Amino acid sequence: MKLSDALSLSFRTVVSYRLRALLILLAMALGVAAVVTLTALGEGARRFVVNQFASLGTNLIIVLPGRAETSGGFPGAIVGETPRDLTLGDAASLQNLSGVLRYAPLNVGVTEISTGGRLREVTILGSTAGLIAIRHMKLAQGNFTAGNGPNPAEIVLGAKLARELFPAGNVVGQRIRLADRRFRITGIFATQGESMGFNTDEIAMIPIDHAQALLNTESLFRILVEASSRNAIEPAKTAIREAIRLRHDGEDDVTVITQDAVLATFDRILRALTLAVSGIAAISLAVAGILVMNVMLVAVSQRTAEIGLLKALGATRKNIKRLFLLETLWLSLAGAATGIALGYAGSFILRLVYPQLPAYPPAWASLAAIATALLTGIVASLLPASRAAKLNPVLALSRR
Amino acid sequence: MIQLSAISRVFTMGDQEVRALNHIDLTITAGEYVSVMGPSGSGKSTLLNIVGLLDQPDSGTYLLENRDVTALSESEQARVRRERIGFIFQSFHLISRLTAAENIELPLILEGLSVAERQARVKAVLDQTGLADRANHRPAELSGGQRQRVAIARATILNPAVLLADEPTGNLDHKTGAEVVALLEKLHHAGTTVIVVTHDRELGGRAHRRIQMRDGEIVEDER
Ligand SMILES: Nc1ncnc2c1ncn2[C@@H]1O[C@H](COP(=O)(O)OP(=O)(O)OP(=O)(O)O)[C@@H](O)[C@H]1O
Ligand SMILES: [Mg+2]
Repeated sequence: MKLSDALSLSFRTVVSYRLRALLILLAMALGVAAVVTLTALGEGARRFVVNQFASLGTNLIIVLPGRAETSGGFPGAIVGETPRDLTLGDAASLQNLSGVLRYAPLNVGVTEISTGGRLREVTILGSTAGLIAIRHMKLAQGNFTAGNGPNPAEIVLGAKLARELFPAGNVVGQRIRLADRRFRITGIFATQGESMGFNTDEIAMIPIDHAQALLNTESLFRILVEASSRNAIEPAKTAIREAIRLRHDGEDDVTVITQDAVLATFDRILRALTLAVSGIAAISLAVAGILVMNVMLVAVSQRTAEIGLLKALGATRKNIKRLFLLETLWLSLAGAATGIALGYAGSFILRLVYPQLPAYPPAWASLAAIATALLTGIVASLLPASRAAKLNPVLALSRR
Repeated sequence: MIQLSAISRVFTMGDQEVRALNHIDLTITAGEYVSVMGPSGSGKSTLLNIVGLLDQPDSGTYLLENRDVTALSESEQARVRRERIGFIFQSFHLISRLTAAENIELPLILEGLSVAERQARVKAVLDQTGLADRANHRPAELSGGQRQRVAIARATILNPAVLLADEPTGNLDHKTGAEVVALLEKLHHAGTTVIVVTHDRELGGRAHRRIQMRDGEIVEDER
């Protein structure tokens, strides 16, 4: 028997037993759809986190005052006192280190902002123009050119803040008060929304020297550094630590963290989670396999006479085995295709419901789901097919 | 052409032994028209199944066309069944989801013939058996006589040397039974060896050689 004939013969059989076909197809399709959708969900969560980190900046190194004793590397995990301040001088010393592309000192504080009788509280970032580049911030209008100082008193407003304070528009060039100091507005941030807890729509940014004067501090909140490349991150980190240790009388009293390390950890966790979830979904495929096996066993016993006849007509055991294997293969194939379609539809709905979540099913998951479905079908049909092949033709034919 | 010597077939049902065939010796030459008759349970079907390689004897030797076929492997036996032997059953055994033409085509598919050749052969056989206008009907839409004619067409499409019919008219009325018999005899005239198991004295009597069985033994063999 030719393979093409076996294929078309088994296909015709599949089509003529509609209910059975539908049942198997549905079981397979649901399993595959579950794998695809859940993987899309896991991947979406992973990409969401990765994107959040990316919006913080690429090849980012963060220098914090104080020594972290934990190995976790999370800023929040830092314990202990701050033995020595991180100063603007420390920041400037990073300028010419190899591997350092740019850097920005940072102070953060809350103060009052007022203009023309309007007054509200605002979070201010004190930094230099470097921060805009490092954090990938975008200005909708104007610019921010502050260096290490001394700088003119300029301020950039978040988009929402600008709207609230100047409902009439025409913001750039206006003057505004922060506490008792006057600043000239030189720009407005583009709307970016939330990113890792910072909403750039509601903050204001001023030059670092003005921020330190306003907040009455010499101590930096942190220094952000962008390494020149991914490979430069580790050497730059070492160089930064060394440079600051020299300035701090040999005391290794700062914490240098890379977002890479944090991101890698998240990435690993979320990948593992995705795999676990799709693994659980794959169990539903195994259940489908058991169903397929049972349905095929019933099919074999229903078609005993037909199998006996085929043997009488000269079919070999191999021929019969192959016909039954191909039947399940067709069903699994159709089930997998339907499942992929359902899975993509499911992911699409997920994206509609959670627009922030890039829940796209990864290609590997779809391929793995198809492969698993086909494999399940083949394995599940092995027993029924060999049972059919071994049927005694005399007994098979005498049953009517 | 068919040489059975000392063929025995014993079935065990629980602790009971049934000798369905008891040291059967039988030689049938090519082109013979043989009927096998006898009471129910005398071993007629068992004999036919062994001749048709659907069943294996427990002892004895069976030469088909001078070849010891009981020694062949499973797939070699399947090939012999496919190419040298045609089966006809009382209950037709047509596949209900396939049309008449497709049922007839099955042996050709198993043989691995090309689509073009299959179509040509099926068409020829449909014309010969007067079933051309029923080609695309399913078994459920055919009369009993038509069904048996489809089954005969299927059994003979690869020009077997031996045609084995187990009560071919058992499910048919007298008139359609006669038509089926006429078709079998036509095949006999064309040179096929025909062996018919039957309870019908009239049909059995038409054969040129008439074998009587009882309790797994041949008790009469007239020509
Ligand atoms: N698979 C089997 N298992 C057990 N006993 C069997 C089997 N097949 C046949 N027999 C027994 O062997 C004997 C011969 O059976 P066989 O079918 O050859 O008879 P038969 O002559 O064809 O009868 P009938 O005219 O009723 O068709 C019977 O006693 C039957 O019960
Ligand atoms: Mg019988």
